[in-house]
Amino acid sequence: MADAIISMQDVNKWYGKFHVLRDINLEVAPGERIVICGPSGSGKSTLIRCINRLEEHQKGRISVEGTEISNDIRHVEAIRRDVGMVFQHFNLFPHLTVLQNLTLGPIWVLKTPKAEAEARAMKYLDRVRIAEQAHKFPGQLSGGQQQRVAIARSLCMDPKVMLFDEPTSALDPEMVKEVLEVMVNLAEDTGMTMLVVTHEMGFARKVADRVIFMDQGEIIEQNTPDAFFDHPQNDRTKLFLSQIIH
Amino acid sequence: MSVAPNAVNVSSAPTLWSRIAVLHWLRTQLFSSPLNTLLTLLTLWLLLATVPAMVDWFFLNSTVTATSAQECRKVTGACWAVIVEKHRLILFGVYPYEEQWRPLLATMLLIAVVILSGVRRFWNLSLLVFWVLALTGAAVLMWGGIFGLTYVENSRWGGLPLTLMLSTFGIAFAFPLGIVLALGRRSNMPAIKTICIVYIELIRGVPLISLLFMSAVMLPLFLPEGLTIDKLLRAQVAIILFAAAYMAETIRGGLQAIPKGQFEGADSLGLTYWQQMRLIVLPQALKIVIPPLVGLFIALFKDTSLVVIIGIFDLTQAAKAALVDQSWRGFSIEIYVFISAIYFVFCYSMSKYSQSLEKRLATEHQR
Repeated sequence: MADAIISMQDVNKWYGKFHVLRDINLEVAPGERIVICGPSGSGKSTLIRCINRLEEHQKGRISVEGTEISNDIRHVEAIRRDVGMVFQHFNLFPHLTVLQNLTLGPIWVLKTPKAEAEARAMKYLDRVRIAEQAHKFPGQLSGGQQQRVAIARSLCMDPKVMLFDEPTSALDPEMVKEVLEVMVNLAEDTGMTMLVVTHEMGFARKVADRVIFMDQGEIIEQNTPDAFFDHPQNDRTKLFLSQIIH
Repeated sequence: MSVAPNAVNVSSAPTLWSRIAVLHWLRTQLFSSPLNTLLTLLTLWLLLATVPAMVDWFFLNSTVTATSAQECRKVTGACWAVIVEKHRLILFGVYPYEEQWRPLLATMLLIAVVILSGVRRFWNLSLLVFWVLALTGAAVLMWGGIFGLTYVENSRWGGLPLTLMLSTFGIAFAFPLGIVLALGRRSNMPAIKTICIVYIELIRGVPLISLLFMSAVMLPLFLPEGLTIDKLLRAQVAIILFAAAYMAETIRGGLQAIPKGQFEGADSLGLTYWQQMRLIVLPQALKIVIPPLVGLFIALFKDTSLVVIIGIFDLTQAAKAALVDQSWRGFSIEIYVFISAIYFVFCYSMSKYSQSLEKRLATEHQR
């Protein structure tokens, strides 16, 4: 792909002896929405965590916006400014208010003046429909509210790519919908490149440009949502799909 | 109707004992079982054996106004007059008599800056400025030599101001050093990690007394001819190095308690290592270890009394000096009670403050 925003070539990773990523080749175009699914232990979270260097790959090349990820911390920090991440367990900072959580990155990393950072934060809090909670602490919010704050926090950094690591897996079913709605709006209203690891297949059908199935560290199959769900090619894919509601 | 097991409807209860509230309380709290009854009687006996005698000695038969030692010996209770007579020596050591307002002012300055550090409003860069001003102010007051104050060499410093200076400077410098050591021990860089581990384990392996001895006796042997470092400064550095090792391990415990997700959240925003530590990790880690950390501060305050071993006149040594006076010999209990009370006031204040600090910081997280 000529101007892929993320490019992974022959990426391999081991945890000790365990081969968690095997010869991953993936190109993501700008603005593309990719859903990665698979059984647990298949390496899907590890794959996206390698993109912002939360995990280190031992072999192969990963580059984001043309910058290759290596041990050079400056490259890594530059990449992290442009890649936002939303975690399964939110990872909000409990000792700061919601507003402070959001303005921390822009003020200290992007060197935005405080007033401008706060205005931007309120704009994104409005967008995820949680503006009235700006002065509360994360511990005072419900899970769905916390995850929406986490999404807003990543958006405040104006990233080019958003990574979602099972964003709704730790939420009660009633709250899953409110978070998915925010993600769908994000996909529809902006041209954000999104890589989402999730089990929410309804979301995949609605929003994804491509669905990738991983098992035991390998990419088994990737296709458009309709083709993927209605006409799976590989036997392992068929087995997986038969076990989940889609 | 059903009633909770421990509730008693007092007005309709069967016996006299259960009907009158006080008697009921006595029965359930103090005499509820044979063992409890025995313990209650034992405690009462102990209290009766000791408290009246103590109250008698401390207050009823004691004297504050006796003017000489003979008068005091005639009194059966405590002779607090010895405190009245000797308090300047105990509190200020052998500092020149007319200049003792200076150590008093220095003491108040140090206490003020410590109290100020507890006020939330000042928790920013201005606190650093206050500390620098207070520490230099205290040093200028004690030493003199400028601003028209007569010079008083530090071998004449003593008593409470010296104890306070040793502890305050000690904590002020050991705390940041402890943070650096704790971070260094967790570092991925092998050289830094090894240095920190070696330092911490070496220092923790020796008692403070031996460090003080080494600073007073051994270090001068290693210094080149003619170069002398002030003995008080050496003792102060020894105290700082000693405390930093223990604080480092306590702080490292706090750092270990921070979930990995906090580091990852900070990483994902692109924060640098020092930004992460300063903004995210250390505020949370230090809050967790307030109880053991304040415990270390309290222990450090009392450990400064060990400098008597190298001939520095702290509060404990000043108390012993007061006892040397032949005319007032024999009143050691009163004097030690006095300095124990001083130590207790400071240590208990630190402890109470840490409890209130914890409570204040915890309200942030409550629903």
